Amino acid sequence: MATVTTPGQKAGGAPGGERIATASIAALINDAIVPKPSLRKTFAAMMAREFRVLARNAITTFVRSVMQPFLFVFVFAYVLPKIGGGMMVAGGSGGHGAPGGGVNFATILVPGLMASMLLMQGIMGTTMPLVMEFGYQRTIEDRALAPVPLGLLGIQKILAGAVQSFIGALIVFPIVLLVHAPGQAPHVDVTNWAVFAVVMVFGSTMTSSLGMLLGTLLDPRKMQVLFAVVLLPLTMLGCVYYPWSALSAIKWLQIVTLVNPMVYMAEGLRAVLTPSMHHMPLWAVFLALIGGTLLFGTLGIRTFRNRVVN
Amino acid sequence: MTDTAPAAITTRDLRKTYRSARGDVEAVRGVDLNVPSGEFFGLLGPNGAGKSTTIGMLTTLVAPTGGTALVAGHDVAKDPVGVKRRIGVVTQTNTLDMQLTVAENLEFRSRFFGLSAGQARKRAAQLIDAFGLGDRRKAMATQLSGGQARRLMIARALVHKPEVLFLDEPTAALDPQTRVNLWNILQVLHDQGQTVLLTTHYMEEAEELCDRIAVVDHGTVLAEGTVDELKQDAGAETVVTVRFEEQIKPDFPERMGLTARSSVSSAETDGDQIRVFSSEPEGLLGDLVEMGTREGLHVRDATQTKPSLETVFLALTGREYRE
Repeated sequence: MATVTTPGQKAGGAPGGERIATASIAALINDAIVPKPSLRKTFAAMMAREFRVLARNAITTFVRSVMQPFLFVFVFAYVLPKIGGGMMVAGGSGGHGAPGGGVNFATILVPGLMASMLLMQGIMGTTMPLVMEFGYQRTIEDRALAPVPLGLLGIQKILAGAVQSFIGALIVFPIVLLVHAPGQAPHVDVTNWAVFAVVMVFGSTMTSSLGMLLGTLLDPRKMQVLFAVVLLPLTMLGCVYYPWSALSAIKWLQIVTLVNPMVYMAEGLRAVLTPSMHHMPLWAVFLALIGGTLLFGTLGIRTFRNRVVN
Repeated sequence: MTDTAPAAITTRDLRKTYRSARGDVEAVRGVDLNVPSGEFFGLLGPNGAGKSTTIGMLTTLVAPTGGTALVAGHDVAKDPVGVKRRIGVVTQTNTLDMQLTVAENLEFRSRFFGLSAGQARKRAAQLIDAFGLGDRRKAMATQLSGGQARRLMIARALVHKPEVLFLDEPTAALDPQTRVNLWNILQVLHDQGQTVLLTTHYMEEAEELCDRIAVVDHGTVLAEGTVDELKQDAGAETVVTVRFEEQIKPDFPERMGLTARSSVSSAETDGDQIRVFSSEPEGLLGDLVEMGTREGLHVRDATQTKPSLETVFLALTGREYRE
């Protein structure tokens, strides 16, 4: 005859040995605080959630943010000068890059590198979470059910990406000041804090808005396209390694690069960090950054809403 | 629940058509529902019937392309935020925030709904205790078993005391123990007056939990009512089976006039037994025994199988494979 053992049977017992008390369940309904949500409270709670996740992933985020500028600076401001990379020095050529002469490459690199970080962190910080949230499990529905319009949820995601972008760009400063060959220290100074703030704020929001647009348009299975077709060309042709005015030697390229939003971030930062170098007029920079933020933001939020509800 | 209870959910000619380059797909083709406050209402249908799309529209996650839907008195298309404030949703897939712990999932959801950080911690602790997740409080959502994740999703849907709780196939792919425990939880919630709309394709789940059921297929409601009403109205039949000691001649049903009866849809013999399908089975068993006796047959046993929700469901939706 078969022997039947009944391990730990208990009324209302949950699997794994936990006990679910019906009285406790009933109390959930009867003793609940009646919430009074508001757009401000919900928005603040969503941002608090972003910062909690950012703090939890602080080490990996920091390493990801530091590696690119560190390697750039290490190669261009330390290795090349050490091995005699004099051709990398732009100063004294009489060209558009350094009319004042004596500007080393590290100095040219700082604004470009910051713009590069604004772009990379802004897009990665917004696009990658969206790709995961719109994946098979559609975890986006967790936040989409919060009592706010979907447009506000989209703005919150752009803001969260912009914060990462902003912090990522600021990380460049200590790296360039610490990593360089003797005599190759960059000469950077914030000559106008207001302009610096405008470029940083709108640069970061523009890139995270672009990240929102890309994250809601791209098929998650084809994310490699993001790197090959978007990030790489934008970075390589974003006036990281030379000022935009230096492209006057290749007129067609100078014109084509005007569609690259990164150019305006690099030129804006160049205007405020290394004003002795040629740079675009500030009105053009502001127009592009503010206009780009509005354009990408509007389109991104529209595609975001469409992705959520369809 | 009474007839005068205010409607928690009302839909009129609710429609959803998905448009694409490969052609339009009409997922929901004019659904009319009326769910009073406090009712446990079930949407029962095969895969692809339109259940999830309907629940998606009612929870503002899918935009309707026609008709109207009011949830807790708020229009899903015109006032989605008003709807979201008043509903709790357990989706079919695991939509927990995988970047957060069990406690954080509940705390942040509470804060999304306006609770202060302190209130959110208290509410999360209450929910964790009630749902037996105490020893998983600090576990990441990614580390939960299927049953634990499902309990956490239900707990999360209750943080703000929703007026209407939507459950989209909440016990799909769960083991029987977890399923029965979740049924207990849902029953207790219902006993406290919680309005629930459940989609499922488990007959026993709908039969066990729901006050009323709507059977949906191909985007429309085929039948609606209590389980008993559905069994009566949906054309499902009682099966009366009599087994004799002797073999039965194949023409027995015809000779005895069974096939001529309007209440009998079919009668079939199989060796020593006869099966009769009837929508009005009263007295049929006695008639069969008497007919057998007249033929010189001796009854070995007899059974009468009432229509189940499953037979109702199959009668309404057919037997072909879906998806």
